[in-house]
Amino acid sequence: MSLLDISTLAAMFPAISAAQASPEVIDRIPSSYSDFVIPFVAGMVFFLCWVSIGCVRIFMKIGPSDQAKFWKSLVNPVTAAKNVKDLFCDCLFHVKIWKRKPLLGYMHSAIAFGWFMLIVLGHIEVALFLPKHLSPRAGGLFYPIFYRYFVWINPGHETLRGSFFFFLMDFFLLYVLTGIALAVFKRFRSIVLGMKNTTRPSTPDRIALYSLWLIFPLRLLAESFTADLSGGSFLTLGMNHLLHLVFGDSLYFQPFWWAYSICLGVFFAAMPFTRYMHILTEVLWILFRNAGLKPSHPRKGVSEAEIYACSSCGLCLDACPMNVQRKNLRFSSVYFIRFLRRHNERKINAIADKCLMCGKCLALCPVSVDAPALRRAQRRTVNNLLPYDYSYLARTSAPAAAPFLGSAAPATASASGPVEAPSAEKVMYFAGCMSHLTPRIIKAVEGLFKASGTDYVFADRDGGICCGRPLLLAGKTDAAAEVIEANKKMIEEAGCGTLVLSCPICYKVFSEEYSLKGVRVLHYTQYVKELVGSGRLRLRNGGAKYVYHDPCELGRGMGVYSEPREVLGLVSDLVPAGHERKESLCCGGSLGSLTLNSRDRDKITEAAVSDLTVNSPEAIVTACPLCLATFSRKSPVKVRDFSEAVLDNLSA
Amino acid sequence: MVDFGFGIVPSSRINLDLFDRAKFEALATLEPDVRKCMACGSCTAVCTAGTFKATSLRAAIEEIQNGREKKALEMISGCQLCGKCFMTCPRGINTRHLILSIVKIYGEEK
Repeated sequence: MSLLDISTLAAMFPAISAAQASPEVIDRIPSSYSDFVIPFVAGMVFFLCWVSIGCVRIFMKIGPSDQAKFWKSLVNPVTAAKNVKDLFCDCLFHVKIWKRKPLLGYMHSAIAFGWFMLIVLGHIEVALFLPKHLSPRAGGLFYPIFYRYFVWINPGHETLRGSFFFFLMDFFLLYVLTGIALAVFKRFRSIVLGMKNTTRPSTPDRIALYSLWLIFPLRLLAESFTADLSGGSFLTLGMNHLLHLVFGDSLYFQPFWWAYSICLGVFFAAMPFTRYMHILTEVLWILFRNAGLKPSHPRKGVSEAEIYACSSCGLCLDACPMNVQRKNLRFSSVYFIRFLRRHNERKINAIADKCLMCGKCLALCPVSVDAPALRRAQRRTVNNLLPYDYSYLARTSAPAAAPFLGSAAPATASASGPVEAPSAEKVMYFAGCMSHLTPRIIKAVEGLFKASGTDYVFADRDGGICCGRPLLLAGKTDAAAEVIEANKKMIEEAGCGTLVLSCPICYKVFSEEYSLKGVRVLHYTQYVKELVGSGRLRLRNGGAKYVYHDPCELGRGMGVYSEPREVLGLVSDLVPAGHERKESLCCGGSLGSLTLNSRDRDKITEAAVSDLTVNSPEAIVTACPLCLATFSRKSPVKVRDFSEAVLDNLSA
Repeated sequence: MVDFGFGIVPSSRINLDLFDRAKFEALATLEPDVRKCMACGSCTAVCTAGTFKATSLRAAIEEIQNGREKKALEMISGCQLCGKCFMTCPRGINTRHLILSIVKIYGEEK
């Protein structure tokens, strides 16, 4: 019946007899234009203007050295390859989401990759099949989008090549539609797709969201109504047969093309004011990110690309440790970035100060938007100007450096003074503030040094100064620089080849900010691992059932996951926690937060403890003095430090 | 000057009229925990900066309530925000934010 329809309908058009030279496609109307494209073209032109102005603005705010870095990274083959890989994996396939939540990954990649393929295939179709008298210049903007309205198939002259593209277009349209169906479903039952909390959309977001939902069903309808004339494949032709059964022989398709065009127009016009701006901006951000550009201001220059790269997907909501209380969900990264976009200074500061800086939102973000770094930049704008007085550092850094030697070291070493060149043999141990608050760690670490016969210097036995990380986290960069300078001088004067730290907070800042030449900076878990590897510490399995907690700064902060686990695996039966490695939960004691009060922190601690004890371990083992102190208050099981667990299981 | 063998101790009189209630209320809005302090001195006992320079959050809060803002600022100017006081505070006062807030509110005139 339909074939008959095509031929009878086509016969009614005189254009066909003119095109008897049998090209594959014929044009639908003499004019290459129809009024219905106006909404789409208007929306698209507005959007393109906005994007180009935005790009120029961003580039003007970036310093010349960063600009040079950026252009260089584009031609560098290594970063270029990484760019291509990241653009496909992060923007189109959403590999990171697939790995964690397959259904959610399918939803995101269906909409992103499916839509991308529809656009690309549309352009290929135009390039291959556009009839000669339809100049691409006349409608280059809208032919690829409304291809099936403007170009009809010449009945009886379909080629395999053309049918192949029809099939691909229908296939990807179906692919997107399944993604959209999941997205609509997610609005009502997000938990099925693996999300406990979803972002509350703003009003512009809603407008864009609903038009996005409508775009693809309308495209299906429009193309189905025209499919008998324009050609189609399994989806659109099948729909077309159904529509003919329902509506009879003549199908009036104009309204659907209008509706489709209006939805596209609304979507593109609304895009700059919504989360959907991420579709283009994340490309720019990934290029910036891979070029190694770092934001210096919370919302200008590089950060502008970064905050507009956020898709408000809401994965950071489930990641945030503060989500144990629903009222604190509003302090999550997604809302921080939303208010940064809106320049709402009061709310920005409130959210920036609340965060625990555990870094889980960054670890799970599909495009690695570094919200903790933006928060630090925001805190800097407020707190860096506050007065302080560290004049005592100049007077006291020297006495702090006076090396009190560990008893394992020969007594004569103290007389030789800190003049010799750094030797890898000599180890300096810097306990840091928090270890001094939990002396059991210092005792156990010293016990391990003695047991392994390590020649070590205890840098801050009588109390040193802070490492500077808490100041950096609070945004007091200038003050932190003074502290770092004083510590650096002390370490360089001591002349040790290895610096061992028992606090992950210190470990992070010593590795990243100090640039100590010729000094290996190690966390004690790494050092103990080395000692065990070289046979200087011999361990036995005590048979205890331990669970290991990844401290934020050590795990997500510095990527040290395996060393403590390997050593603990030798001395005990390690059971897994509910969330491990980069998914691990913050203990709640973090120095990152400025304003979170102790009651809310306790809730986080309780949640983390119950997550750690799902496999009923005998003790929680951690490698951070702050986590140790925090857990000790709330845990029903024993909380032990890594060093204690190792020291108890030395074989004679 | 002639040494008489004794000197005059500067007055330790506290003028409570100097206490600026509006500023204190502003501080308490920023960080309500300031009202929780029971002046036990745990924060001072563990203070990292305190090893080198007289630093005491307990004293700073008292000095504010006694109307001696300059002295209060002096007592926390060396703070390195290391957070030991927060970990030891029996009342769970958010000490780091309290210190930042005191500097924000009372340090502006500097």
